[in-house]
Amino acid sequence: MTSTTQDRPGRIEARPVRHPWRWVAMAVIAVLAAMMVSSFLTNDKWNFPFAFEIMQQSPVIEGLWKGTIFGTVGAMILGIGLGVVLAVMRLSTNPVLRGVAFVYTWFFRAIPRYVLLVLLGTGIGFLYPVFDIGVPFGQQIGNALGIEGGLTFFALDYNSISSTIWVGILGLGLSEAAYMAEIARAGIMSVDKGQTEAAQALGMPPGKTMRRVVLPQAMRVIVPPTGNETIAMVKDTSLLAAVPVIVELFYQSYQFGQRSFQIMPGIVAATIWYLIVCSILMVGQSRLERYYGRGFGAVPKKTQHKLTKIGADH
Amino acid sequence: MADSTDRTGSDAAPLVHAVNVTKAFHGNEVLKGIDMDVARGEVVVLLGPSGSGKTTFLRCINQLETIDGGRIWVDGDLMGYEDRGGVLHHLTDKQIAGQRREIGMCFQRFNLFPHKTVLENIIEAPTQVKGVSKAEAKARAVELLEQVGLSDKPAAYPSQLSGGQQQRVAIARALAMDPKLMLFDEPTSALDPELVGEVLKVMRDLAEGGMTMIVVTHEMGFAREVADRVVFMDAGVVVEQGPPSEVIGNPQHARTRAFLSRMRQEEAAHAAAQDPIA
Repeated sequence: MTSTTQDRPGRIEARPVRHPWRWVAMAVIAVLAAMMVSSFLTNDKWNFPFAFEIMQQSPVIEGLWKGTIFGTVGAMILGIGLGVVLAVMRLSTNPVLRGVAFVYTWFFRAIPRYVLLVLLGTGIGFLYPVFDIGVPFGQQIGNALGIEGGLTFFALDYNSISSTIWVGILGLGLSEAAYMAEIARAGIMSVDKGQTEAAQALGMPPGKTMRRVVLPQAMRVIVPPTGNETIAMVKDTSLLAAVPVIVELFYQSYQFGQRSFQIMPGIVAATIWYLIVCSILMVGQSRLERYYGRGFGAVPKKTQHKLTKIGADH
Repeated sequence: MADSTDRTGSDAAPLVHAVNVTKAFHGNEVLKGIDMDVARGEVVVLLGPSGSGKTTFLRCINQLETIDGGRIWVDGDLMGYEDRGGVLHHLTDKQIAGQRREIGMCFQRFNLFPHKTVLENIIEAPTQVKGVSKAEAKARAVELLEQVGLSDKPAAYPSQLSGGQQQRVAIARALAMDPKLMLFDEPTSALDPELVGEVLKVMRDLAEGGMTMIVVTHEMGFAREVADRVVFMDAGVVVEQGPPSEVIGNPQHARTRAFLSRMRQEEAAHAAAQDPIA
Protein backbone atom coordinates (compact mmCIF):
# COMPACT_ATOMS: atom_id res chain seq x y z
CA MET A 1 0.00 0.00 0.00
CA THR A 2 2.05 2.93 -1.22
CA SER A 3 0.49 6.33 -1.52
CA THR A 4 -1.58 6.54 -4.66
CA THR A 5 -0.86 10.16 -5.44
CA GLN A 6 2.12 12.33 -4.63
CA ASP A 7 0.18 15.58 -4.18
CA ARG A 8 -2.20 14.39 -1.41
CA PRO A 9 -0.79 15.40 2.03
CA GLY A 10 0.35 12.46 4.12
CA ARG A 11 1.16 11.82 7.77
CA ILE A 12 2.10 14.94 9.76
CA GLU A 13 5.69 15.14 10.96
CA ALA A 14 6.12 18.65 12.29
CA ARG A 15 8.87 20.16 14.46
CA PRO A 16 7.67 20.94 18.00
CA VAL A 17 7.60 24.52 19.30
CA ARG A 18 10.78 25.29 21.24
CA HIS A 19 10.58 26.41 24.88
CA PRO A 20 13.95 27.97 25.71
CA TRP A 21 12.66 29.65 28.90
CA ARG A 22 11.76 26.30 30.38
CA TRP A 23 15.41 25.34 30.21
CA VAL A 24 16.44 28.61 31.83
CA ALA A 25 13.92 28.13 34.62
CA MET A 26 15.11 24.58 35.18
CA ALA A 27 18.70 25.75 35.46
CA VAL A 28 17.78 28.41 38.05
CA ILE A 29 15.79 25.93 40.09
CA ALA A 30 18.60 23.37 39.91
CA VAL A 31 21.07 25.91 41.31
CA LEU A 32 18.69 26.90 44.14
CA ALA A 33 18.05 23.24 44.98
CA ALA A 34 21.76 22.53 45.05
CA MET A 35 22.30 25.44 47.43
CA MET A 36 19.56 24.15 49.72
CA VAL A 37 20.91 20.60 49.77
CA SER A 38 24.38 21.89 50.44
CA SER A 39 23.05 23.89 53.38
CA PHE A 40 21.31 20.78 54.73
CA LEU A 41 24.58 18.85 54.54
CA THR A 42 27.02 21.50 55.74
CA ASN A 43 25.07 23.42 58.41
CA ASP A 44 24.91 20.99 61.29
CA LYS A 45 22.32 23.09 63.12
CA TRP A 46 19.77 21.29 60.92
CA ASN A 47 20.76 18.01 62.55
CA PHE A 48 18.37 15.82 60.55
CA PRO A 49 19.24 12.57 62.33
CA PHE A 50 18.07 14.14 65.58
CA ALA A 51 14.89 15.39 63.85
CA PHE A 52 14.07 11.82 62.81
CA GLU A 53 14.73 10.71 66.37
CA ILE A 54 12.33 13.35 67.72
CA MET A 55 9.69 12.19 65.27
CA GLN A 56 9.70 8.78 66.90
CA GLN A 57 9.61 9.91 70.53
CA SER A 58 6.53 8.60 72.31
CA PRO A 59 5.33 12.01 73.60
CA VAL A 60 5.52 13.32 70.03
CA ILE A 61 3.64 10.31 68.66
CA GLU A 62 1.10 10.68 71.46
CA GLY A 63 0.70 14.36 70.60
CA LEU A 64 0.24 13.43 66.94
CA TRP A 65 -2.54 10.93 67.68
CA LYS A 66 -4.29 12.38 70.71
CA GLY A 67 -3.90 16.04 69.82
CA THR A 68 -3.44 16.59 66.12
CA ILE A 69 -5.33 13.70 64.56
CA PHE A 70 -8.01 13.23 67.22
CA GLY A 71 -8.47 17.00 67.39
CA THR A 72 -8.81 17.26 63.60
CA VAL A 73 -11.30 14.41 63.40
CA GLY A 74 -13.37 15.70 66.30
CA ALA A 75 -13.39 19.31 65.16
CA MET A 76 -14.27 18.34 61.58
CA ILE A 77 -17.11 16.03 62.68
CA LEU A 78 -18.54 18.84 64.80
CA GLY A 79 -17.82 21.42 62.08
CA ILE A 80 -19.36 19.46 59.20
CA GLY A 81 -22.39 18.30 61.19
CA LEU A 82 -23.17 21.72 62.59
CA GLY A 83 -22.22 23.41 59.32
CA VAL A 84 -24.70 21.37 57.26
CA VAL A 85 -27.42 22.05 59.84
CA LEU A 86 -26.61 25.77 59.67
CA ALA A 87 -26.70 25.70 55.85
CA VAL A 88 -30.11 24.01 55.85
CA MET A 89 -31.30 26.57 58.42
CA ARG A 90 -29.94 29.39 56.31
CA LEU A 91 -31.92 28.17 53.28
CA SER A 92 -35.07 27.45 55.28
CA THR A 93 -38.32 29.35 54.85
CA ASN A 94 -38.43 29.90 58.61
CA PRO A 95 -37.13 33.45 59.30
CA VAL A 96 -36.08 32.60 62.87
CA LEU A 97 -33.84 29.76 61.71
CA ARG A 98 -32.42 31.90 58.92
CA GLY A 99 -31.58 34.70 61.35
CA VAL A 100 -29.93 32.39 63.89
CA ALA A 101 -27.77 30.80 61.20
CA PHE A 102 -26.74 34.18 59.84
CA VAL A 103 -25.76 35.56 63.25
CA TYR A 104 -23.84 32.38 64.09
CA THR A 105 -21.83 32.53 60.88
CA TRP A 106 -21.19 36.24 61.27
CA PHE A 107 -19.94 35.82 64.84
CA PHE A 108 -17.71 32.78 64.46
CA ARG A 109 -16.18 33.92 61.20
CA ALA A 110 -15.13 37.18 62.83
CA ILE A 111 -13.32 35.55 65.79
CA PRO A 112 -9.74 34.33 65.29
CA ARG A 113 -9.38 30.70 66.30
CA TYR A 114 -6.55 31.48 68.66
CA VAL A 115 -8.70 34.05 70.49
CA LEU A 116 -11.65 31.65 70.59
CA LEU A 117 -9.52 28.90 72.09
CA VAL A 118 -8.17 31.22 74.80
CA LEU A 119 -11.71 32.39 75.48
CA LEU A 120 -13.01 28.86 75.89
CA GLY A 121 -9.99 27.55 77.79
CA THR A 122 -9.53 30.40 80.22
CA GLY A 123 -12.37 32.88 79.93
CA ILE A 124 -15.35 30.56 80.30
CA GLY A 125 -13.86 28.79 83.32
CA PHE A 126 -13.33 32.20 84.94
CA LEU A 127 -16.90 33.35 84.22
CA TYR A 128 -18.76 30.13 84.98
CA PRO A 129 -16.67 27.77 87.09
CA VAL A 130 -19.67 25.45 87.47
CA PHE A 131 -22.42 24.76 84.94
CA ASP A 132 -25.79 23.95 86.47
CA ILE A 133 -27.86 21.83 84.14
CA GLY A 134 -31.53 22.27 84.95
CA VAL A 135 -34.56 24.47 84.47
CA PRO A 136 -33.75 27.92 83.03
CA PHE A 137 -33.50 30.47 85.88
CA GLY A 138 -33.76 27.44 88.19
CA GLN A 139 -31.64 29.05 90.91
CA GLN A 140 -33.74 32.19 91.03
CA ILE A 141 -36.97 30.21 91.02
CA GLY A 142 -35.56 27.84 93.63
CA ASN A 143 -34.55 30.70 95.91
CA ALA A 144 -37.94 32.30 95.58
CA LEU A 145 -39.69 29.06 96.47
CA GLY A 146 -37.17 28.22 99.18
CA ILE A 147 -36.03 24.97 97.58
CA GLU A 148 -32.48 24.02 98.56
CA GLY A 149 -30.11 23.78 95.58
CA GLY A 150 -32.61 25.29 93.16
CA LEU A 151 -33.95 23.29 90.24
CA THR A 152 -30.61 21.89 89.14
CA PHE A 153 -30.43 18.32 87.87
CA PHE A 154 -26.66 18.09 87.92
CA ALA A 155 -23.68 20.42 87.97
CA LEU A 156 -20.63 20.32 85.72
CA ASP A 157 -17.32 21.61 87.03
CA TYR A 158 -16.02 23.40 83.94
CA ASN A 159 -12.50 23.79 85.26
CA SER A 160 -12.13 20.03 85.35
CA ILE A 161 -12.44 19.92 81.55
CA SER A 162 -11.22 23.39 80.58
CA SER A 163 -7.71 22.22 79.64
CA THR A 164 -8.68 19.06 77.80
CA ILE A 165 -8.78 18.26 74.11
CA TRP A 166 -12.60 18.41 74.31
CA VAL A 167 -12.55 22.16 74.78
CA GLY A 168 -10.09 22.42 71.90
CA ILE A 169 -12.39 20.34 69.69
CA LEU A 170 -15.36 22.46 70.77
CA GLY A 171 -13.57 25.70 69.85
CA LEU A 172 -12.13 24.54 66.55
CA GLY A 173 -15.41 22.78 65.63
CA LEU A 174 -17.60 25.81 66.40
CA SER A 175 -15.33 27.98 64.31
CA GLU A 176 -15.18 25.44 61.49
CA ALA A 177 -18.97 25.14 61.39
CA ALA A 178 -19.22 28.77 60.29
CA TYR A 179 -17.04 28.05 57.25
CA MET A 180 -18.63 24.69 56.53
CA ALA A 181 -22.06 26.34 56.59
CA GLU A 182 -21.05 28.54 53.67
CA ILE A 183 -19.55 25.60 51.77
CA ALA A 184 -22.62 23.43 52.35
CA ARG A 185 -24.92 26.27 51.36
CA ALA A 186 -23.11 26.69 48.06
CA GLY A 187 -23.34 22.92 47.52
CA ILE A 188 -27.06 22.77 48.25
CA MET A 189 -27.77 25.71 45.97
CA SER A 190 -25.80 24.08 43.16
CA VAL A 191 -28.34 21.23 42.92
CA ASP A 192 -30.88 21.72 40.13
CA LYS A 193 -34.31 22.81 41.35
CA GLY A 194 -35.85 20.08 39.17
CA GLN A 195 -34.40 17.51 41.58
CA THR A 196 -36.39 18.91 44.48
CA GLU A 197 -39.51 19.08 42.32
CA ALA A 198 -39.10 15.49 41.17
CA ALA A 199 -38.75 14.32 44.78
CA GLN A 200 -41.74 16.41 45.84
CA ALA A 201 -43.82 15.07 42.97
CA LEU A 202 -43.05 11.55 44.26
CA GLY A 203 -44.49 12.54 47.62
CA MET A 204 -41.24 12.88 49.55
CA PRO A 205 -41.51 15.26 52.51
CA PRO A 206 -39.03 18.18 52.62
CA GLY A 207 -36.64 16.63 55.16
CA LYS A 208 -36.31 13.42 53.21
CA THR A 209 -35.94 15.31 49.94
CA MET A 210 -33.00 17.17 51.48
CA ARG A 211 -31.35 14.07 52.93
CA ARG A 212 -31.93 11.59 50.11
CA VAL A 213 -31.86 13.72 46.97
CA VAL A 214 -30.34 17.16 47.47
CA LEU A 215 -27.50 16.60 49.97
CA PRO A 216 -25.96 13.57 48.20
CA GLN A 217 -25.75 15.64 45.03
CA ALA A 218 -24.52 18.68 46.91
CA MET A 219 -21.66 16.52 48.24
CA ARG A 220 -20.03 16.64 44.83
CA VAL A 221 -19.58 20.37 45.29
CA ILE A 222 -19.01 20.18 49.07
CA VAL A 223 -16.26 17.52 49.20
CA PRO A 224 -13.34 19.34 47.51
CA PRO A 225 -13.47 22.46 49.71
CA THR A 226 -14.12 20.26 52.76
CA GLY A 227 -10.90 18.41 51.99
CA ASN A 228 -9.11 21.73 52.02
CA GLU A 229 -10.77 22.63 55.31
CA THR A 230 -9.66 19.31 56.82
CA ILE A 231 -6.09 19.86 55.76
CA ALA A 232 -6.23 23.39 57.17
CA MET A 233 -7.64 21.96 60.39
CA VAL A 234 -4.67 19.59 60.77
CA LYS A 235 -2.48 22.66 60.86
CA ASP A 236 -4.81 24.64 63.11
CA THR A 237 -4.54 21.99 65.81
CA SER A 238 -1.17 23.58 66.53
CA LEU A 239 -3.27 26.37 68.09
CA LEU A 240 -4.49 23.94 70.75
CA ALA A 241 -1.65 25.15 72.96
CA ALA A 242 -3.79 28.27 73.48
CA VAL A 243 -6.41 26.31 75.44
CA PRO A 244 -3.90 25.14 76.84
CA VAL A 245 -3.73 21.60 75.50
CA ILE A 246 -0.12 20.51 75.26
CA VAL A 247 -0.59 16.91 74.08
CA GLU A 248 -0.30 18.08 70.50
CA LEU A 249 2.28 17.48 67.80
CA PHE A 250 3.96 20.85 67.41
CA TYR A 251 4.16 21.70 71.12
CA GLN A 252 5.65 18.31 71.94
CA SER A 253 8.29 18.21 69.21
CA TYR A 254 9.23 21.87 69.72
CA GLN A 255 9.67 21.18 73.43
CA PHE A 256 11.98 18.30 72.59
CA GLY A 257 14.11 20.61 70.52
CA GLN A 258 14.19 23.31 73.18
CA ARG A 259 15.05 20.95 76.02
CA SER A 260 18.06 19.69 74.09
CA PHE A 261 19.00 23.19 72.82
CA GLN A 262 18.41 22.01 69.23
CA ILE A 263 15.61 24.23 67.93
CA MET A 264 15.64 23.28 64.25
CA PRO A 265 15.26 19.50 64.62
CA GLY A 266 12.14 20.06 66.73
CA ILE A 267 10.54 22.23 64.08
CA VAL A 268 11.64 19.93 61.27
CA ALA A 269 10.23 16.87 63.04
CA ALA A 270 6.80 18.52 63.31
CA THR A 271 6.98 19.76 59.71
CA ILE A 272 7.67 16.28 58.37
CA TRP A 273 4.80 14.81 60.35
CA TYR A 274 2.43 17.51 59.04
CA LEU A 275 3.59 16.77 55.48
CA ILE A 276 2.92 13.05 55.94
CA VAL A 277 -0.55 13.52 57.45
CA CYS A 278 -1.61 16.05 54.80
CA SER A 279 -0.35 13.84 51.96
CA ILE A 280 -2.46 10.95 53.22
CA LEU A 281 -5.47 13.24 53.48
CA MET A 282 -5.02 14.39 49.89
CA VAL A 283 -5.24 10.78 48.67
CA GLY A 284 -8.39 10.26 50.73
CA GLN A 285 -9.89 13.44 49.33
CA SER A 286 -9.47 12.37 45.71
CA ARG A 287 -11.12 9.02 46.49
CA LEU A 288 -14.09 10.75 48.12
CA GLU A 289 -14.43 13.05 45.14
CA ARG A 290 -14.65 10.07 42.83
CA TYR A 291 -17.33 8.43 45.01
CA TYR A 292 -19.57 11.50 45.11
CA GLY A 293 -19.01 12.18 41.42
CA ARG A 294 -20.76 8.94 40.47
CA GLY A 295 -23.45 9.37 37.86
CA PHE A 296 -21.68 12.50 36.61
CA GLY A 297 -19.33 11.71 33.74
CA ALA A 298 -16.77 9.11 34.76
CA VAL A 299 -18.29 5.69 35.43
CA PRO A 300 -17.09 3.89 38.56
CA LYS A 301 -15.31 0.57 37.93
CA LYS A 302 -17.82 -1.40 39.98
CA THR A 303 -20.70 -0.21 37.81
CA GLN A 304 -18.83 -0.86 34.62
CA HIS A 305 -18.35 -4.39 35.87
CA LYS A 306 -22.05 -4.71 36.70
CA LEU A 307 -23.03 -3.35 33.30
CA THR A 308 -20.83 -5.77 31.39
CA LYS A 309 -22.22 -8.62 33.48
CA ILE A 310 -25.78 -7.64 32.61
CA GLY A 311 -24.77 -7.37 28.98
CA ALA A 312 -23.32 -10.88 29.11
CA ASP A 313 -26.51 -12.29 30.63
CA HIS A 314 -28.49 -11.28 27.58
CA MET B 1 -74.11 13.62 47.87
CA ALA B 2 -75.15 17.23 47.95
CA ASP B 3 -71.61 18.51 48.37
CA SER B 4 -69.41 18.19 45.32
CA THR B 5 -66.34 17.77 47.58
CA ASP B 6 -67.60 14.70 49.35
CA ARG B 7 -67.37 11.86 46.92
CA THR B 8 -64.27 9.89 47.68
CA GLY B 9 -64.02 6.68 45.73
CA SER B 10 -67.18 7.14 43.73
CA ASP B 11 -66.59 6.04 40.14
CA ALA B 12 -69.01 8.49 38.58
CA ALA B 13 -67.33 11.55 40.09
CA PRO B 14 -64.47 13.16 38.18
CA LEU B 15 -60.98 12.32 39.42
CA VAL B 16 -59.82 15.90 38.98
CA HIS B 17 -62.26 18.68 39.70
CA ALA B 18 -60.86 22.21 39.29
CA VAL B 19 -63.01 25.28 39.79
CA ASN B 20 -62.06 28.87 38.97
CA VAL B 21 -58.31 28.34 39.45
CA THR B 22 -56.30 31.57 39.37
CA LYS B 23 -52.58 32.10 39.66
CA ALA B 24 -50.33 35.12 39.20
CA PHE B 25 -46.55 35.43 39.17
CA HIS B 26 -45.44 38.86 40.43
CA GLY B 27 -48.72 40.46 39.40
CA ASN B 28 -48.75 38.75 36.02
CA GLU B 29 -51.95 36.69 35.83
CA VAL B 30 -51.10 33.32 34.29
CA LEU B 31 -54.33 31.48 35.07
CA LYS B 32 -57.54 33.48 34.91
CA GLY B 33 -60.17 31.17 36.29
CA ILE B 34 -59.70 27.67 34.93
CA ASP B 35 -62.53 25.15 35.31
CA MET B 36 -61.74 21.58 34.43
CA ASP B 37 -63.06 18.14 35.23
CA VAL B 38 -61.16 14.99 34.31
CA ALA B 39 -63.00 11.69 34.53
CA ARG B 40 -61.42 8.44 35.68
CA GLY B 41 -59.54 6.78 32.84
CA GLU B 42 -59.76 9.88 30.69
CA VAL B 43 -56.78 11.17 28.70
CA VAL B 44 -56.79 14.95 28.43
CA VAL B 45 -54.30 16.80 26.27
CA LEU B 46 -53.68 20.47 27.04
CA LEU B 47 -52.76 22.42 23.95
CA GLY B 48 -51.82 26.03 23.59
CA PRO B 49 -49.07 28.46 22.75
CA SER B 50 -46.23 28.90 25.22
CA GLY B 51 -47.24 31.23 28.02
CA SER B 52 -50.85 30.10 27.80
CA GLY B 53 -50.70 28.70 31.36
CA LYS B 54 -51.03 24.99 30.55
CA THR B 55 -47.82 23.95 32.31
CA THR B 56 -48.63 26.18 35.27
CA PHE B 57 -52.08 24.60 35.58
CA LEU B 58 -50.52 21.13 35.49
CA ARG B 59 -48.06 22.10 38.23
CA CYS B 60 -50.90 23.53 40.31
CA ILE B 61 -52.64 20.16 40.34
CA ASN B 62 -49.87 18.55 42.39
CA GLN B 63 -49.03 21.77 44.21
CA LEU B 64 -45.62 22.46 42.74
CA GLU B 65 -47.25 25.88 42.41
CA THR B 66 -49.70 27.18 44.97
CA ILE B 67 -52.87 28.65 43.55
CA ASP B 68 -54.14 32.11 44.44
CA GLY B 69 -57.82 31.38 44.01
CA GLY B 70 -60.30 28.64 43.19
CA ARG B 71 -60.14 25.04 44.36
CA ILE B 72 -58.70 21.81 43.00
CA TRP B 73 -59.95 18.44 44.17
CA VAL B 74 -58.22 15.20 43.24
CA ASP B 75 -60.26 12.11 44.00
CA GLY B 76 -62.38 14.13 46.40
CA ASP B 77 -59.40 15.58 48.33
CA LEU B 78 -59.08 19.36 48.35
CA MET B 79 -55.48 20.00 47.33
CA GLY B 80 -53.36 21.96 49.79
CA TYR B 81 -56.06 22.93 52.27
CA GLU B 82 -58.43 21.54 54.78
CA ASP B 83 -61.93 22.93 54.89
CA ARG B 84 -62.96 23.15 58.55
CA GLY B 85 -66.49 24.46 58.67
CA GLY B 86 -66.04 26.80 55.74
CA VAL B 87 -62.61 28.11 56.87
CA LEU B 88 -59.61 26.96 54.87
CA HIS B 89 -56.54 25.85 56.79
CA HIS B 90 -53.17 25.29 55.11
CA LEU B 91 -52.00 21.69 55.17
CA THR B 92 -48.55 20.90 56.57
CA ASP B 93 -45.69 19.99 54.23
CA LYS B 94 -46.08 16.36 55.26
CA GLN B 95 -49.80 16.32 54.46
CA ILE B 96 -49.11 17.90 51.07
CA ALA B 97 -46.46 15.25 50.41
CA GLY B 98 -49.10 12.66 51.23
CA GLN B 99 -51.49 14.14 48.66
CA ARG B 100 -48.80 14.12 46.00
CA ARG B 101 -48.21 10.38 46.42
CA GLU B 102 -51.41 9.72 44.51
CA ILE B 103 -50.26 11.79 41.55
CA GLY B 104 -47.39 10.85 39.25
CA MET B 105 -45.57 13.50 37.27
CA CYS B 106 -43.11 13.49 34.37
CA PHE B 107 -41.08 16.57 33.56
CA GLN B 108 -39.79 18.05 30.36
CA ARG B 109 -36.21 17.62 31.57
CA PHE B 110 -36.82 14.15 33.14
CA ASN B 111 -35.26 15.13 36.51
CA LEU B 112 -34.01 11.65 37.27
CA PHE B 113 -31.76 11.46 40.32
CA PRO B 114 -28.30 11.47 38.69
CA HIS B 115 -26.53 9.92 41.71
CA LYS B 116 -28.76 6.86 41.66
CA THR B 117 -28.96 4.01 39.17
CA VAL B 118 -32.12 3.39 37.17
CA LEU B 119 -33.26 0.75 39.65
CA GLU B 120 -32.47 2.97 42.64
CA ASN B 121 -34.39 5.82 41.03
CA ILE B 122 -37.48 3.66 40.71
CA ILE B 123 -37.43 2.08 44.18
CA GLU B 124 -36.53 5.32 45.99
CA ALA B 125 -40.03 6.66 46.59
CA PRO B 126 -41.81 3.34 47.27
CA THR B 127 -39.22 2.30 49.86
CA GLN B 128 -38.64 5.72 51.42
CA VAL B 129 -42.14 7.13 51.32
CA LYS B 130 -44.56 4.22 51.19
CA GLY B 131 -42.59 1.81 53.33
CA VAL B 132 -42.57 -0.94 50.71
CA SER B 133 -39.86 -3.54 51.35
CA LYS B 134 -36.80 -3.34 49.16
CA ALA B 135 -37.33 -6.77 47.62
CA GLU B 136 -40.93 -5.99 46.77
CA ALA B 137 -40.03 -2.61 45.30
CA LYS B 138 -37.28 -4.19 43.21
CA ALA B 139 -39.62 -6.83 41.83
CA ARG B 140 -42.10 -4.12 40.88
CA ALA B 141 -39.30 -2.01 39.36
CA VAL B 142 -38.24 -4.92 37.15
CA GLU B 143 -41.84 -5.24 35.93
CA LEU B 144 -42.05 -1.52 35.24
CA LEU B 145 -38.75 -1.50 33.37
CA GLU B 146 -40.10 -4.25 31.18
CA GLN B 147 -43.25 -2.23 30.61
CA VAL B 148 -41.23 0.77 29.38
CA GLY B 149 -38.87 -1.45 27.39
CA LEU B 150 -35.73 -0.97 29.46
CA SER B 151 -35.25 -4.29 31.23
CA ASP B 152 -31.57 -4.27 30.25
CA LYS B 153 -30.75 -1.01 32.05
CA PRO B 154 -31.36 -1.39 35.82
CA ALA B 155 -27.73 -0.74 36.76
CA ALA B 156 -27.14 2.19 34.43
CA TYR B 157 -26.84 5.74 35.70
CA PRO B 158 -29.12 8.31 34.03
CA SER B 159 -26.15 10.04 32.40
CA GLN B 160 -25.48 6.84 30.45
CA LEU B 161 -28.94 6.82 28.88
CA SER B 162 -30.40 8.69 25.92
CA GLY B 163 -33.07 11.30 26.56
CA GLY B 164 -35.81 8.95 25.43
CA GLN B 165 -34.57 6.23 27.76
CA GLN B 166 -34.34 8.69 30.64
CA GLN B 167 -37.91 9.83 30.11
CA ARG B 168 -39.12 6.23 30.05
CA VAL B 169 -37.31 5.61 33.35
CA ALA B 170 -38.98 8.74 34.72
CA ILE B 171 -42.36 7.31 33.72
CA ALA B 172 -41.51 4.01 35.42
CA ARG B 173 -40.38 5.92 38.52
CA ALA B 174 -43.70 7.76 38.69
CA LEU B 175 -45.69 4.55 38.10
CA ALA B 176 -43.85 2.81 40.95
CA MET B 177 -45.99 4.82 43.39
CA ASP B 178 -49.16 3.39 41.79
CA PRO B 179 -50.64 6.82 41.13
CA LYS B 180 -54.29 7.44 40.33
CA LEU B 181 -53.37 10.22 37.98
CA MET B 182 -50.38 10.91 35.75
CA LEU B 183 -49.31 14.41 34.76
CA PHE B 184 -47.00 14.88 31.78
CA ASP B 185 -45.34 18.25 31.32
CA GLU B 186 -44.10 18.39 27.72
CA PRO B 187 -42.49 14.96 28.09
CA THR B 188 -41.01 14.91 24.59
CA SER B 189 -40.01 18.56 24.13
CA ALA B 190 -36.42 18.07 25.25
CA LEU B 191 -35.90 14.99 23.06
CA ASP B 192 -34.21 14.57 19.72
CA PRO B 193 -36.96 13.94 17.12
CA GLU B 194 -35.99 10.31 16.56
CA LEU B 195 -36.46 9.55 20.29
CA VAL B 196 -39.95 11.04 20.63
CA GLY B 197 -41.73 7.93 19.32
CA GLU B 198 -40.46 5.54 22.00
CA VAL B 199 -41.76 7.81 24.80
CA LEU B 200 -45.11 8.39 23.11
CA LYS B 201 -45.52 4.64 22.67
CA VAL B 202 -45.11 4.07 26.41
CA MET B 203 -47.64 6.82 27.10
CA ARG B 204 -50.06 5.36 24.59
CA ASP B 205 -49.78 1.92 26.26
CA LEU B 206 -50.43 3.58 29.58
CA ALA B 207 -53.55 5.31 28.23
CA GLU B 208 -54.81 2.03 26.81
CA GLY B 209 -54.27 0.45 30.21
CA GLY B 210 -56.85 2.87 31.62
CA MET B 211 -54.59 5.39 33.38
CA THR B 212 -56.06 8.85 33.91
CA MET B 213 -53.64 11.26 32.24
CA ILE B 214 -53.28 14.99 31.75
CA VAL B 215 -50.69 15.72 29.09
CA VAL B 216 -49.19 19.03 28.07
CA THR B 217 -47.65 18.44 24.67
CA HIS B 218 -47.14 19.81 21.20
CA GLU B 219 -47.37 16.34 19.63
CA MET B 220 -50.50 16.73 17.51
CA GLY B 221 -50.41 13.11 16.36
CA PHE B 222 -50.56 11.92 19.96
CA ALA B 223 -53.37 14.36 20.75
CA ARG B 224 -55.40 13.20 17.75
CA GLU B 225 -54.98 9.48 18.34
CA VAL B 226 -54.75 9.04 22.11
CA ALA B 227 -56.63 11.93 23.73
CA ASP B 228 -60.24 11.53 24.75
CA ARG B 229 -60.47 15.26 25.03
CA VAL B 230 -58.34 18.17 23.90
CA VAL B 231 -58.36 21.40 25.89
CA PHE B 232 -57.07 24.46 24.09
CA MET B 233 -55.75 27.18 26.41
CA ASP B 234 -54.59 30.66 25.58
CA ALA B 235 -53.61 33.60 27.82
CA GLY B 236 -54.73 31.84 30.99
CA VAL B 237 -58.21 30.76 29.93
CA VAL B 238 -59.72 27.66 28.34
CA VAL B 239 -60.66 28.77 24.83
CA GLU B 240 -62.35 25.59 23.70
CA GLN B 241 -62.41 21.89 24.43
CA GLY B 242 -63.83 18.69 23.09
CA PRO B 243 -62.89 15.47 21.30
CA PRO B 244 -59.74 15.81 19.17
CA SER B 245 -61.75 15.38 15.99
CA GLU B 246 -63.61 18.59 16.81
CA VAL B 247 -60.96 20.78 18.43
CA ILE B 248 -58.18 19.79 16.06
CA GLY B 249 -60.35 18.79 13.09
CA ASN B 250 -62.86 21.61 13.21
CA PRO B 251 -61.78 24.40 15.59
CA GLN B 252 -64.43 27.02 16.34
CA HIS B 253 -62.23 29.84 17.61
CA ALA B 254 -59.85 32.00 15.63
CA ARG B 255 -57.15 31.61 18.28
CA THR B 256 -57.34 27.83 18.08
CA ARG B 257 -57.21 27.93 14.29
CA ALA B 258 -54.18 30.24 14.31
CA PHE B 259 -52.35 28.00 16.78
CA LEU B 260 -53.17 24.81 14.88
CA SER B 261 -52.08 26.18 11.53
CA ARG B 262 -48.77 27.20 13.08
CA MET B 263 -48.39 23.69 14.54
CA ARG B 264 -49.20 22.14 11.15
CA GLN B 265 -46.49 24.15 9.46
CA GLU B 266 -43.98 22.98 12.04
CA GLU B 267 -45.15 19.41 11.69
CA ALA B 268 -44.80 19.57 7.96
CA ALA B 269 -41.29 20.90 8.31
CA HIS B 270 -40.49 18.03 10.65
CA ALA B 271 -42.09 15.45 8.42
CA ALA B 272 -40.00 16.67 5.53
CA ALA B 273 -36.91 16.04 7.64
CA GLN B 274 -37.86 12.54 8.74
CA ASP B 275 -40.53 9.89 8.96
CA PRO B 276 -43.65 10.63 10.97
CA ILE B 277 -43.87 9.00 14.35
CA ALA B 278 -45.50 5.60 14.43
